[in-house]
Amino acid sequence: MKIYVCIKQIPDPNTVVSQLDPNTKRLVRSGVSLVLDPGDEVTIAAAINLRDTMGNSEVTAVSMGPASAQEAMRRALAMGVDRAILVTDPALAGSDTLGTARVLAAVLKRENADLILCSTESTDGYTGMVPGGIAEFLGLPQLTFAREVKIEGQKAVVKRVTPTGYLIVESPVPAVVSIASGSFEAIYPTMKGIMGAKKKPFTQLSLADLGIDPSQVGEAGARERVLTIGKVAARAAGQVLKDEGDAAQAIADFLQRYQLL
Amino acid sequence: MAVSHLSEDEQTLIEVLREIALEKVAPRAAEIDHSAEFPWDMKELLAQQDILAMPFPTEYGGIGASELAILMAIEELSRHCATTALILCVQQLGSIPILLAGTEEQKRKYLPPLAGGEWLAAYGLTESASGSDAAAMQTVAVRIGDTYILNGSKRFITNGGLAQVNSVFAMTDREKGTHGISAFIVEKDFPGFSVGRVEDKMGIKGSQTAELIFTDCEVPAENLLGREGDGFKIAMMTLDRTRPGIAAQALGIAQGALDLAVSYSKQRIQFGRPIADNEGIQFMLADMVTKIEAARLLVYNVAELIDRGEKNFSKYSAMAKTFASDVAMEVTNDTIQIMGGYGYMKEYPAERMLRDAKITQIYEGTNQIQRLVVARDLLK
Repeated sequence: MKIYVCIKQIPDPNTVVSQLDPNTKRLVRSGVSLVLDPGDEVTIAAAINLRDTMGNSEVTAVSMGPASAQEAMRRALAMGVDRAILVTDPALAGSDTLGTARVLAAVLKRENADLILCSTESTDGYTGMVPGGIAEFLGLPQLTFAREVKIEGQKAVVKRVTPTGYLIVESPVPAVVSIASGSFEAIYPTMKGIMGAKKKPFTQLSLADLGIDPSQVGEAGARERVLTIGKVAARAAGQVLKDEGDAAQAIADFLQRYQLL
Repeated sequence: MAVSHLSEDEQTLIEVLREIALEKVAPRAAEIDHSAEFPWDMKELLAQQDILAMPFPTEYGGIGASELAILMAIEELSRHCATTALILCVQQLGSIPILLAGTEEQKRKYLPPLAGGEWLAAYGLTESASGSDAAAMQTVAVRIGDTYILNGSKRFITNGGLAQVNSVFAMTDREKGTHGISAFIVEKDFPGFSVGRVEDKMGIKGSQTAELIFTDCEVPAENLLGREGDGFKIAMMTLDRTRPGIAAQALGIAQGALDLAVSYSKQRIQFGRPIADNEGIQFMLADMVTKIEAARLLVYNVAELIDRGEKNFSKYSAMAKTFASDVAMEVTNDTIQIMGGYGYMKEYPAERMLRDAKITQIYEGTNQIQRLVVARDLLK
């Protein structure tokens, strides 16, 4: 089975406090340390686990980004992904989620992907719109919030997280599956993996290679307009409960309200 | 950071190891110390990540890492858990005799499972009455046909009883003193091999330290390392080679303590401001970080010498171990002082770091012996 994982390089959420550029209204990505999205590490782990259980399968990482994104893809290869495809093109700068989904879908179509895994959302923009966009462009079913993924015959079977529990849902493959955060144990690259990563196939594609007109992507093709950006309101002080014999009930009620119980 | 000659792959490995140490090792450190049980999960983690394969050449299943990368790996692990780092140190210590003096057959048989982390290694030199004075060794080996019969015992052996492969030193000719010592590869299941008392220690508590007992223990003659009488030379060459690992362990412990001291002094408010605003604390921190950086330079320097293939690094190895371990004691002690009551409590890691640091002044040659090595070289 040909499994694909869509991944993204982002400002390191552990060391970088995200800054927005007031002029472009975009996230500042220069001069900060960039890493493979930690959420994507989980999704890659899902893909690798699936490959190893199924046998006779291959995992390919696909990304759109500047040339620097190669480093994030090397990490994916070191983790155990078999090959990587990076779409990079000056015309892609300023792409919105629509443009991103269009480009990734074009790669996946060309590759005849059997199963496409995405993280539910990226850890920088958090829009969560790209997986749906890819499914739409490819005309494929989309399974969301997956905690477990299995392939049974020609079906993808997914344990889907809901606010109250799980749903088991299935669809024919090819399909797009978005993985719920934290569903799989992270894989750390081994030394042999790091050394082997350089020898694995790494393809770079331009828009021309994919036959995409530059007017459909990047700044030019963006349909999303960021109107304003602003600061989040400071968090209000928490609620302090005084135990007068009913604190346990009050805490239980509180947790219930946020569906934590 | 100090000078370094790491390859790009090794640089990436150390970055990944830093994440692993923080995310996987650090959360286990306190429990390993409290339970005083060997952390098999940490051994598995190091094996799985090829960390235990670092000191072994690729032809024996290793990854042939540079000495600098090995030391940096030990340093990063020790920042969070000295016991976990020691697993890597001792895998190297117990295997170097085979790497240095082993035949091709011995290497093929023993090194791959050690590189893969399926087996642990141990190094048996010390005895109850023979520490710095190796010639006082009581364990004897007598050759009968194709077998050596070993009798005696070894004391304070790290990984004792857990290691499948033990590099053991015994007297084959007492008349010759240190020249009468020979080295053997002793497997855990050889007849006559047993494990005596398991020690209760001040620090590195999760590491198992035990007595090895040889009662007419039968070791095939093919397990002799080098020739009869080569043992002392092998033992000393091994320690010269592995002492930088202990220096790196001490360095890592000191760095871990400094990290703690810095973070605590920025958070601890007294008299309405963080204690880090006080010069008294700032001067302590400045001295701590300066000593650590000096230790790091000595440690990385000896790595550079080894990686360059220099033969006479014994003095530098001794300097690095002595200096770094003394720094580890000073810095962990100062960290406790900065943290006051909190530093003294077992709930926080500072006191564990001090207990772990102490052994680095003692094992793989006391700091007094190291100073002799340095002075003799200076005065020769």
